[in-house]
Amino acid sequence: MSSESAYLDRLYRDYSRRVQATLIRLLGDFELAEEAMQDAFVAAVQQWPVNGEPDNPQAWLIRTGYHCGVDQIRQRSTARRRAHLLLPIEEVLELDEATIEDDSLRLLFTCCHPSLSIEARIAMTLREMCGLTTEQVASALLMKPSTLAQRIVRAKRKIRDAHIPYAVPTHEELPERLPDVLKVIYLVFNEGYSRSTGSSVVDISLTQEAMRLGNELARLLPQGEVFGLMALMLLNDARRDARQDSGGELVTLDVQDRSLWHQEDIHNGIVWLQQALALTPTGYYTLQASIAAEHAQAIRAEQTDWGRIVRLYDALCRRFPSPILTLNRAVAIAMNGAPETGLALLDDIAHHPQISRYHLFHAAKADLLRRQGQREAARSAYQQALLLTNLDPEKRFLHRRLAELEAST
Amino acid sequence: MKYVALVYYQEQIINAMSEQQWQDLNQECIAGVERLSASGHYLAGQPLQPTETATTVRVRDGETLISDGPFAETKEQLAGFYLLEAHDLNEALQLASRIPPARLGSIEVRPTRELPPKAAPQKESGE
Repeated sequence: MSSESAYLDRLYRDYSRRVQATLIRLLGDFELAEEAMQDAFVAAVQQWPVNGEPDNPQAWLIRTGYHCGVDQIRQRSTARRRAHLLLPIEEVLELDEATIEDDSLRLLFTCCHPSLSIEARIAMTLREMCGLTTEQVASALLMKPSTLAQRIVRAKRKIRDAHIPYAVPTHEELPERLPDVLKVIYLVFNEGYSRSTGSSVVDISLTQEAMRLGNELARLLPQGEVFGLMALMLLNDARRDARQDSGGELVTLDVQDRSLWHQEDIHNGIVWLQQALALTPTGYYTLQASIAAEHAQAIRAEQTDWGRIVRLYDALCRRFPSPILTLNRAVAIAMNGAPETGLALLDDIAHHPQISRYHLFHAAKADLLRRQGQREAARSAYQQALLLTNLDPEKRFLHRRLAELEAST
Repeated sequence: MKYVALVYYQEQIINAMSEQQWQDLNQECIAGVERLSASGHYLAGQPLQPTETATTVRVRDGETLISDGPFAETKEQLAGFYLLEAHDLNEALQLASRIPPARLGSIEVRPTRELPPKAAPQKESGE
C-alpha cells in the first residue's frame, strides 16, 4: 500500500499540473477537470503496475481523464446544456507537447485575470498552477482553509459565469496582459520573502513556488520582463540569510553581512538580467533587477554605485511614475552625496495619500536626518514611523534606532 | 418618451429564497414581460448575474484599469447602459473601455442571465 501511494505521489508530482491544465480546457470546467484528473490517476495506479507504463504517460492521463469527465457530464442532468462544449475525441487524441504547454499558459493567464480580486488571483495561482492543496495554500498564506476554499469557489464561479476566457493573450494583447501575471508571481514571492524564516511550520516556500512559476513562464514565454522578474527574485532571495540576525531582528542592507549572500543566486540572477537586457524595451522588473544587481555586486556597502542606482531610478520614475518609486529615488539621491536634495524631494511627496501614512517613508526620512546629524528631526520621524506600523520586527528595529539616537547624545 | 426601469434588490434576500420561491419569481417576471409586450410597452430587458460576477472598467490617462466587483463610488450616479454582444469577458471589457465615460467614471460589466423556460400551464383542479 505504501509503495502504491509513493508511486501515486510520484505520478502526481510529475504530471498533475499539466494534465489538469489541459483537462480544464477540454472539459471547460475547473471542478469537473479536477475530479476527472483524480479518476485518471486512480486508473493509472491500478493499470500501470500490471500493464506497464504507457509510452506517453501524460497523454494517457489526459485521454483517460477526458473520458472520465465526459462520462460525468453524460450522467448529469445538465448534460444537454454542456454537450456542445465538448471537443470531439479526435481532437483530444491529437494532443501534442506544444498544445499541452499552451494549456499551462492558458491556466496561468486565467488564474491571474485582472477581473478577479488580487487575493483570489494569488490563491488560484498557488492552488491550480503550483498544484498545492487548499490546506497547503491556506497555511502558506496564513489563512483558515475554509476562508481560502470559499475564495477559490467564488473565483471559479466568476471564471465560469462571467466567461473569463481560457486563453493565452494574442501577440497584440500580451504587453497589456503579461504584467498581470508577473504581478501575481512577484506578490507570491514577496508574501514569502516578507515572512520571518524559521518560525514557519509549513514546508511550502512561497519564494520557491514563485521562482518555479517564473522559471516555467520564462520557458513558455521568453519575454524580457519575465527574465527581469526572475533576475529580481533571485537577486533578492540571495540575501535571505543576511536579512535577519540570529535573534530574528531585521538587518538593513547597509549593515548586512555580505558574506552570507548566496553568490550562486547572485550569479544566476545576473545571467537572467543579461538575457532580459538583451531584449528591448527594458521594462519595470528589469529596471528593478538592475538596481538589485548593483547592490548585489557591491562587496562593501560603501562601494555601492549610487550614481548608477539614481540613473536607474530616474528611468523607472519616468516610465512608471509612482510615489513609492519617488521615495526610493530620493533616498538614492541622498546616498549619492546629495542628502539635502534627497530630503527636499521627500518633503515634496510628504502629503501624498499613499505616502503620508506609509511607515517606511518616515523611517527613510528619519534615517537621512540621522545621517545629517539632525537628531531632533530624526527622532520625531522615527516616532511617526512607529505610530504607523503594526509589524513587530519593524517596531523593534525603530525602537533600536531611537535608542541609538539617544545614546549618541 | 422612452424610460428605463432599473431593478435593484438585496441579493441576500434572493439568496435566502427557496428554490420554489425563486422559480415563482422568475415565472412572475416572464408573465410580466408578456403583459408589457402585449400592451406594446416592452422594448427590451434582461436579468443579470449576481454582483459576484461583476468587473469594473475605468480608463485614466489612457490606461485601462480593471478591477473585481461592482463600482463602489457613492459619488457616481448611473448615467446610462449598453447591452453588448461579446464572445467572452475580455472582449466585453475591451468594448467597455471604449465607452467614453469610462474616462470620467466607471463602467460595470456584468454578464446577463436568461429567464428559465416558461412553465407549462397547469391544469386547474376541478376542470
